[in-house]
Amino acid sequence: MSGEIILTCKDLTLGYENITLAEGVSFTVSEGEYWCITGENGTGKTTLMKTILGLTKPLAGNVEWNGTAAGTGIGYLPQQTDVQRDFPASVYEVVLSGCQGRLGMRPFYNRSDRDLALLNMKRMGIDDISKRCYRELSGGQQQRALLARALCATGKVLVLDEPVAALDPKATEEMYELITSLNKEDGITIIMVTHDPEAPSRYATHELRFGQEVTTHVI
Amino acid sequence: MLSDLLNYLQYPFVRYALIVGVLIALSSSLLGVTLVLKRFSFIGDGLSHVAFGAIAIASVMNLSNNMIIVLPVTVICAIILLAAGRRARVKGDAAIAMISVSALALGYLIMNIFSTSANLAGDVCSTLFGSTRMITLSTSEVVLCIVVSLVVVALFVVFYNRIFAVTFDENFARTAGTNAGLYNVIIAVIIATIIVLAMNLVGSLLISALVIFPALSAMRVYKSFRQVTVCAAVLSVCCTLAGMLISIPAGTPVGPTIVAADILMYAVFVVAGKLTESRS
Repeated sequence: MSGEIILTCKDLTLGYENITLAEGVSFTVSEGEYWCITGENGTGKTTLMKTILGLTKPLAGNVEWNGTAAGTGIGYLPQQTDVQRDFPASVYEVVLSGCQGRLGMRPFYNRSDRDLALLNMKRMGIDDISKRCYRELSGGQQQRALLARALCATGKVLVLDEPVAALDPKATEEMYELITSLNKEDGITIIMVTHDPEAPSRYATHELRFGQEVTTHVI
Repeated sequence: MLSDLLNYLQYPFVRYALIVGVLIALSSSLLGVTLVLKRFSFIGDGLSHVAFGAIAIASVMNLSNNMIIVLPVTVICAIILLAAGRRARVKGDAAIAMISVSALALGYLIMNIFSTSANLAGDVCSTLFGSTRMITLSTSEVVLCIVVSLVVVALFVVFYNRIFAVTFDENFARTAGTNAGLYNVIIAVIIATIIVLAMNLVGSLLISALVIFPALSAMRVYKSFRQVTVCAAVLSVCCTLAGMLISIPAGTPVGPTIVAADILMYAVFVVAGKLTESRS
């Protein structure tokens, strides 16, 4: 079912300053695939993800996006930050900010940006709480808002950083279902960093495992 | 008291002071939310001490218009603190404290050694607390102040969506193709400009109050970024007007009176926030 290749990583060396976390990381992601990146803390999962996103430079090797240049067209679901815990912002404002890549030179969002934000809030089932304050939502609702924001930035590929880390079992299950339906029904490619040892076998098509060596598995 | 006030309003310098006060209050409140959330509440304090140091140098060099030195120096320090801050060795609050006390100490030292003024303590005190500076503004200073604060407000409006995006989630903004580094520099330039402007009004010790109090008050009651920003701007203008209108007939120092009004309104908003929470 794989489509065309959208991401190629060649011989990446990951790390920062003098510390090398992993070497010789190579893999290609094709359209419609569902990748899980797993491994212990401190083995380079998050660094790999930041490298893919263009937030940090690899020590060696290169990352190539096909069709979508790195920095545009990728939907990123980061982990919550301290700032966001006190941030006065409505759900709508948060989701709308996902359209910032579409602004170009325009200072303000236009009708089609606002429509896209509304559409993605509906898709995530949060259109009824669009005026609520982001910081007062439950963990699951916050993740849905951030997922809706990521969807405003992309129609093709989502990069998720431990999307269920702070969720209770029920919200975790719902989040996984949501991600799976985006993958299956909308054909969105998923690259997900996760701690959950069961996630790869239950949901993914591919696994990239960080350990002594970095290995890839087709599931 | 009211007739006193109307009497005062007949003088052009009082009207100038009110216009400048309102504009400064408006522009200084805009970035409050961003600075509070980025944990940079004290940047106003730090940068204003930098500006104080720069003023000391300018006055020793006998420059007619000290803005030529003060503004660039403050802008550069703001960029160092805000834009380069994430990678710096000395982080956030420590960096601000360091730059702030250094500039304050060196500024006073320079003034003390080189100043020819007979009333050094008075000069220093008015730079720190604003005092009567407002009423001695020249027409060109008033014009400059109006132009600069309008530019600041315009910049904020134009970059409003980007400032929100970069404050809320810098990493996401980068992946969406927003040049976060550039917008951090723009935020730094705006805040430095505001601080240099606001020194005239409340003096360098009380600037932080002008920058953060309206935002903190608004955050108690309102839930969206836009509501908080608008409320902070309105609140800041009202408190500043009230403070000035009280201080002129009452003969109290302008800066501390404005800050007292801000503190009072903060208390009101805390109570209002509690009430709306318990009701919903």
